[in-house]
Amino acid sequence: MGLLSQFTAADYLLALPITLLTLFALGILLIDLMLPPENKWANAVTALIGVLFAGGGVVKIQFWEQANRSVSMGAVGLMRTMLVDRGALYFFYLFLAGTAIAILMSVRYMKTEHENHGEYYALMLLSVAGMMCMAAGFDIVLIFIGLELMAISTYVLVGFLRRDRRSNEAALKYFLLGAFSSGIFAYGLSLMYGLTGSTNLAVIGHGLAGILAKDPHNPVVIVALLTTATGLLFKVAAVPFHQWAPDAYEGAPTSITGFMSVAVKAAGWAMLLRIMGATYPAYPSVLLGFAAARPIYVPLFVFVSIATMTGANFAALTQTNTKRLLAYSSIAHVGYMLLGLVAGTATELSTDGVKGILIYLLVYTFMNLGAFGVIASLRHRHVIGDELDDLNGLYARAPVEAVLMLIFLLSLAGIPPLAGFWGKYFIFLSLIETGHYALASLAVLYSVFGLYYYLRMANAMFMGKPEEEGALPVSWSMRIALGVSGFATLFIGIMPERFIDLANWALGLVQTPAMAKLVH
Amino acid sequence: MYNHILSIILFTPLVGALILLFVPKENKDAIRWIANIFALGGFLVSLPLVAWFWALRFEPGFKFIEGVPNNWIPSIGAGYVIGIDGISFLLIMLTTLLGWISILSSWTAIENRVKEYYIWFLILQTGMLGVFMALDFFLFFVFWEAMLVPMYLLIGIWGGPRKLYAAIKFFLYTLAGSVLMLLGILFLYFHHHVLTGVYTFSLTALYETAPKIYSDPAYGPTIATLLFFAFFFAFAIKVPMFPFHTWLPDAHVEAPTAGSVILAGVLLKMGTYGFIRFSLPFFPDVLTHTKVRGWMIALSIIAIIYGALVSLMQKDMKKLVAYSSVSHLGFCTLGIFVLTPLGLSGSVLQQINHGISTGALFLIVGILYERRHTREISEYGGISNVMPVYATITMIMFLSSMGLPLLNGFVGEFTILQGTFMESWRWGAWAVPGVVLGAAYLLWLYQRVFFGTVTNPKNEKLHDLTPREVLTFAPLLVMAFWIGLYPKPFFQILEQPVNQIVANVRNPQAGGVMNAAITAAPNRAQIANVSLIAPAKGKN
Repeated sequence: MGLLSQFTAADYLLALPITLLTLFALGILLIDLMLPPENKWANAVTALIGVLFAGGGVVKIQFWEQANRSVSMGAVGLMRTMLVDRGALYFFYLFLAGTAIAILMSVRYMKTEHENHGEYYALMLLSVAGMMCMAAGFDIVLIFIGLELMAISTYVLVGFLRRDRRSNEAALKYFLLGAFSSGIFAYGLSLMYGLTGSTNLAVIGHGLAGILAKDPHNPVVIVALLTTATGLLFKVAAVPFHQWAPDAYEGAPTSITGFMSVAVKAAGWAMLLRIMGATYPAYPSVLLGFAAARPIYVPLFVFVSIATMTGANFAALTQTNTKRLLAYSSIAHVGYMLLGLVAGTATELSTDGVKGILIYLLVYTFMNLGAFGVIASLRHRHVIGDELDDLNGLYARAPVEAVLMLIFLLSLAGIPPLAGFWGKYFIFLSLIETGHYALASLAVLYSVFGLYYYLRMANAMFMGKPEEEGALPVSWSMRIALGVSGFATLFIGIMPERFIDLANWALGLVQTPAMAKLVH
Repeated sequence: MYNHILSIILFTPLVGALILLFVPKENKDAIRWIANIFALGGFLVSLPLVAWFWALRFEPGFKFIEGVPNNWIPSIGAGYVIGIDGISFLLIMLTTLLGWISILSSWTAIENRVKEYYIWFLILQTGMLGVFMALDFFLFFVFWEAMLVPMYLLIGIWGGPRKLYAAIKFFLYTLAGSVLMLLGILFLYFHHHVLTGVYTFSLTALYETAPKIYSDPAYGPTIATLLFFAFFFAFAIKVPMFPFHTWLPDAHVEAPTAGSVILAGVLLKMGTYGFIRFSLPFFPDVLTHTKVRGWMIALSIIAIIYGALVSLMQKDMKKLVAYSSVSHLGFCTLGIFVLTPLGLSGSVLQQINHGISTGALFLIVGILYERRHTREISEYGGISNVMPVYATITMIMFLSSMGLPLLNGFVGEFTILQGTFMESWRWGAWAVPGVVLGAAYLLWLYQRVFFGTVTNPKNEKLHDLTPREVLTFAPLLVMAFWIGLYPKPFFQILEQPVNQIVANVRNPQAGGVMNAAITAAPNRAQIANVSLIAPAKGKN
């Protein structure tokens, strides 16, 4: 009990959102036992309330940090295992927003699938708790635990359609490859510990900087970096570590596919940025994780990013399953985002590049979830709805959904003035700013490829003939989810100032975010 | 109203589109009326601009400016800044006029999904106007890209048999060009920051710094040339210049009639407008000191001859008109790149002429197509016997398109050729056959479709133009005669911006750029050239 008595109020506060999510997850499991089958929607409501409470907890942390000048850039707590800085708060909000929309999308979908169990929502909340540990982890052990909590919850969610063979296959594949990559990742972490004698990211960062100062090509550091990066790139699904993604995306319940493609992916990115020490581009003296190894990881990321853009864009061209198509598209987006880390000089990260990644993840949350939401809404009675042909004539059956889908698709393609443009804009901007003209040209040309496969879906919706007659039944919760995503995609696109400001705040570039004023 | 006239013109169609959203789609006639009212309204609100602009026509610089730089997204330096000069003024008037005519002409042509059609069309109208008004590079880019979406849907939903292919091809080609332009814009943006410490997309600010890239030792001619090409691809695909034209016949043939009218009449002008507004003032040294200009001229001449030759061989009327656009736009780019005041003002005037004549030609083809549902030339013959009014209007428009004196096409082509000969007689000599070929393919088409006896029994019962259809042609006929008989006002409107641009390109160091030229008196000799010689020839 000696250790526990060292806990201060601040420690409890920092862990508040995670605690709340866990409590609600357990609560859902209990309440689920008492709910009659026709009232299972109450689980979703509970989960939403849990997300709201967790959001309230995040807001509380934010205000506490802003009020305390000593921790205004981030507080270290829980025996130095958590560093809740503004970047982490930014990701917390992102996870919660993505989860809330995904929950809204799930209600009717899981009922149609006859798999409307409380565990589904409990697992979602638990995986968000894991994501928060990843985003706020200051100690590689906590990061790894968070990763596993998130990953294991997601494995189960992918295989949640027990009676569907595709879902089972996807879960098994995802689990095997995920476990394998986690092993490699853990190996990299152990090397980091071995090199520096600490599990704390800051100690590791300074230790590695010392080692690299003496020997810029220290082979052990390189091996540690390669193995760690393999784990990280697997989690964000970059080529050549992407093979799990199309299968898992296709087999998983569509609402979970959406959830994975935004929240889980954002968590992977939060972890990647943390471990690569990229969260403080404006403060070069802050060395976290592999920050000092930038000269080594840049060529690696250039290669991976080109491979990702090439592989994913070409593979997406010929897909006939919309979930697979969007899976490849989300892999392609990772390729663009990786360029945000490449931007900069050999030793210094570009602020705009990291800002680009943050904004990309923000806009991506809404547009990609929206796109998956429309696909999920096609699932009804005996129609699975995930083939390209199922989109045929959607406009005639559900004009609002079709127009929203068009907005999401064009936003994914990066057409201004839609939200998706801003993600690409800041990435390209950072590349031009730091002189990577060839990479920038390659990336913009690949974004034209992207347009082709998004337009294939748009063609089907607006120009195809519907195979079924009658209006598409869309539930209210789905309408809210799509409405929120669509509004956000348009609003961020047309009025991005506030959101750019938010990303600046997350990176410590501005002190008073407009968004904080909004919350008041 | 005076201070916000541009915003009013810009957003009137969009307001119409928003109102249409709330009209039930079964009520087709109400939708048509509302769309037509807003299209006509869009044209009418632009009319006061004519009088107001006329009073300011010799004033240097941009006029009717709204908004201040960086007011939209301050953190990146983008602003809602719009304003016009003589060049954009004429193109805006053309857009509002053709927008109204196209919407009017769609009354019977579009029967299914009427509501969406008009909504997309009105949104397209706002997008096009925005391109011509934007004085902020970022705003320009947003309009430039956003405008592709409604056009893609217009071709893709209401187009012909190969509409999907044509729509995607159109979208991909144009996007491929413009993404590189985005990188070019970003480069200029950072370059401006390096020189001045300010992040801004404001066009007038970039006019100051962009020309310095060429002589800046940190970048040099190679970078400047690469940048020129980053912009070139975007504009050349849009125009389209010779090797990039392959999307055009497909898009034109498959698009609905009104879509073709807007595509030929306005969209293509965005490319030439881009050259005039951006490429010339940004990269004067690239044009005057390297071989790039020779290439541009060569491509223009190839487009003139090649477009005309291909037109001769077409079996489909619409395709013929589409290829004739390649030829005519070749004249426009030729006029731009010879870098003489005459060439440039002729080029702008020819863009207006092309909008009027080719817009009318597409309407003409559309009217036959609506009645017979075929565009094969061989299906027709002797149409003048059954549709005399139609045949007369067609004749006038054909003559206008081929450049017969007294009609608008002649003034534009002649001025361009005059400007070209002033620069080099060889270039002019190569371009002249285009005029002859133009007459050949149009007259031959006329002969095959209209003369002779009615050979195909299906053509015997064709009814002549309805009053609504005549109304669609009336403004175009008026404009064709006006420009043909008395082009002086048009040249006066163009005189100031054209002289300024040419002076800046020819002598960038002396003039500073745009803003410095505002203080310097325009070259009176060049003005005399433009305003006196050309109209005199027009009356020949």
